[in-house]
Amino acid sequence: MGEIKLMKGNEALAEAIIRAGTDGYFGYPITPQSEVLEYLMASKPWETTGMVVLQAESEVASINMLYGGGGSGKKVVTSSSSPGISLMQEGLSYIAGAEIPILIVNVVRGGPGLGDIQPAQSDYFQSTKGGGHGDYRLIVLAPSSVQEMADFVPVAYDLAFKYRNPAMILSDGAIGQMMEKVEFFEPVPRLSDKEVKARYSWATNGKLKNGERRILTSLDLDPQKLEDHNHHLQEKYREIEEKEVRYEELQCDDAEYVLVAYGTSARVSLKAVKLLRDKGIKVGLLRPITLWPFPTKTIQNMVEQGVKGFLSVEMSAGQMVEDVRLAVNGKVKVEHFGRLGGVIHSPEEVVEALEQKIIGE
Amino acid sequence: MTEEIIIAGFGGQGVLSMGKILAYSGIMQDQEVSWMPSYGPEMRGGTANVTVIVSDERISSPILRAYDTAIILNQQSMDKFEPEVKPGGTLLYDPNGISRQPSRKDINIFKVEGAKKAAEMGNTKIFNMIVLGAYLKIKPIVKLENVIKGLKKSLPERHHKLIPLNEDAINLGMKSVEVVQKV
Amino acid sequence: MSEIALKDIIKPENLVYQKTRLMTDKELSYCPGCGHGTTHRLIMEVIEEMGKEHETVGVAPVGCSVLAYEFMNIDMQEAAHGRAPALATAIKRLWPDNIVFTYQGDGDLAAIGTAETIHACNRGEKFVIVFINNGIYGMTGGQMAPTTLEGMKTSTSPYGRDPELMGHPLKITELVAQLPGTYYVTRQSVETPSAVRKAKRAIKKAFQNQLNNAPGLSFVEVVSNCNSGWKMTPVDANNWMEENMFPFYPIGDIKVDGQLVK
Repeated sequence: MGEIKLMKGNEALAEAIIRAGTDGYFGYPITPQSEVLEYLMASKPWETTGMVVLQAESEVASINMLYGGGGSGKKVVTSSSSPGISLMQEGLSYIAGAEIPILIVNVVRGGPGLGDIQPAQSDYFQSTKGGGHGDYRLIVLAPSSVQEMADFVPVAYDLAFKYRNPAMILSDGAIGQMMEKVEFFEPVPRLSDKEVKARYSWATNGKLKNGERRILTSLDLDPQKLEDHNHHLQEKYREIEEKEVRYEELQCDDAEYVLVAYGTSARVSLKAVKLLRDKGIKVGLLRPITLWPFPTKTIQNMVEQGVKGFLSVEMSAGQMVEDVRLAVNGKVKVEHFGRLGGVIHSPEEVVEALEQKIIGE
Repeated sequence: MTEEIIIAGFGGQGVLSMGKILAYSGIMQDQEVSWMPSYGPEMRGGTANVTVIVSDERISSPILRAYDTAIILNQQSMDKFEPEVKPGGTLLYDPNGISRQPSRKDINIFKVEGAKKAAEMGNTKIFNMIVLGAYLKIKPIVKLENVIKGLKKSLPERHHKLIPLNEDAINLGMKSVEVVQKV
Repeated sequence: MSEIALKDIIKPENLVYQKTRLMTDKELSYCPGCGHGTTHRLIMEVIEEMGKEHETVGVAPVGCSVLAYEFMNIDMQEAAHGRAPALATAIKRLWPDNIVFTYQGDGDLAAIGTAETIHACNRGEKFVIVFINNGIYGMTGGQMAPTTLEGMKTSTSPYGRDPELMGHPLKITELVAQLPGTYYVTRQSVETPSAVRKAKRAIKKAFQNQLNNAPGLSFVEVVSNCNSGWKMTPVDANNWMEENMFPFYPIGDIKVDGQLVK
């Protein structure tokens, strides 16, 4: 580990992208994440690591550049914010269907539509339930600090390549724009072309000498074959759900009530936990780090251990709360609290919500 | 120790960079820091504000609705943030451009003639450093030597020659702060 | 009459034509008389002749040639509708020593994918675009294409294309020739043996440019018939193409070595 720096989340992400041995970044500017492309262009990584950085003509082009680049076995990434991510959904569906490992970062802003440029968490459904057409999943990691904006880049790449699946870092405008301390991991060198060919036999970068060739497609006109392919995808998703759930429990050991929150909301909720504990209420915080796969079993265990109620705290109208409810399965009370449209709830509002919606009755 | 601060004024007054220097100073003495700006169109000529937290512990919420200290540099920010100072907390303001004086009785209030002193020094750009000096006199949460180290970190190399001028401004701010009300 | 066995005929010295091994043995899904099959073959022959089969990546579109990867015996990716130039941009930039091409129809390249086409051309991406223009959407059953001629009947212009109502046919090849990023722009056809030979020379030149790291994109349009979409016999379709398509889409080079042909 090296020097401690004070950086914006978006800048830390960009630096981590270079350090993680990325081969190509393809993206289009949009607030509140434009610092990513700006930082990369100013850093000129093509002169140091050989990484390609390209400002695409649209988010549609960006995500399809990831299809091409990821499909050729290279480590590729794009970043955007909500409206841009909506434009990418077609491409993501194709990428998931063709099983291409790529990384996509969403620095979420308020919606729907053009919305605003303030932080929000209203893209949870889009990120965790597929987003485009067809049955597929993204592996979704939710950083809640500038440090995690950096640290999750190599983690997300590893998961993407391990499962040949698109991975997403789901952040928000607050984490993108705020500055905190960050300590970077040691740079990982880019793979050579030879290493890429040796590691990824599925990648299309020129037919093998033995005559074997690779095709990357999401098309199968024969419904039986497409059903088989879908079963294969579902089997992979079950394995990811089994092995890759990540979360953080804070003060949950003796908790009677649990706040469930990710990203910026988890930060606000941690303060609320402190305020509630000061009042003598035993509250803990469950912070899902992977939003898909979701820590369903952890919540089920909490219910078995006697947690009396859950409050899902999200900057949305209530999206993750559905996954909390599915896990709890009616056994105890589950409610949602959150501000909408780019407004961030205060810790005091979270305290009040828990008292009124969960403890009160 | 946890100090939660809002710095608010017009874009161009150096609000964001004052917060950044404060955050860097915290890092220089091994503290946890966060710097959360208002961002977007309002930055371009309108109001700007930044929430800075300096703490000995892991920082939970970087977004607050109640502050230990509010540093207020224009009237809109006075209207917005005076009510959000915690009871017993601190409000520091520059009376230049303030038409309505702060009215709360349950907080400590200080003022510093930052804009006026900066004009007297012949450099309006160091205005924010005068205000920072005033703040550090009231709340010495970071040592001056760490502020200088923080300045070195946050300023590009080509501006390092301006560090002595900034130091002078901080010292001037420390001398110029006036008590309006103490609770 | 003495019996002549097949083995007496199939001898190396009697060989007059051999299918390139870069075409698979899979039966083409294209209609008899369609230009797709011939154009596929020409591209594959060129890559085989250049000895680049292990360094080539092709990108297939959405349209009749969506299954091009079943016929072209090389590494291939199948793109979303219109996005092939975006895929190819990344592949070529990440594997600059590889040979990369897209194969696209008129709906793919000149309607839904116009932005990707124009920006890849304008950035001077160093790959090859092969563009099949038959003035109609073949795969989906004969709807109007951006290149459908004025007055031409399709299932979505059943009374003929009326420019007032439906806009004008788009000469995208002339359009991309104006961009500084294109290095070679040509329009060819494959309806006669001599046209096939010329088209092959053009395709070869395009790929040779890429091999030479020429500063820009090489763009080869192939005007083709779509006899089933046009509801004609293959022969009638070729005649109709010569009489109607060629006057509007004239055959020949438009830009060579970065210079517009006068």
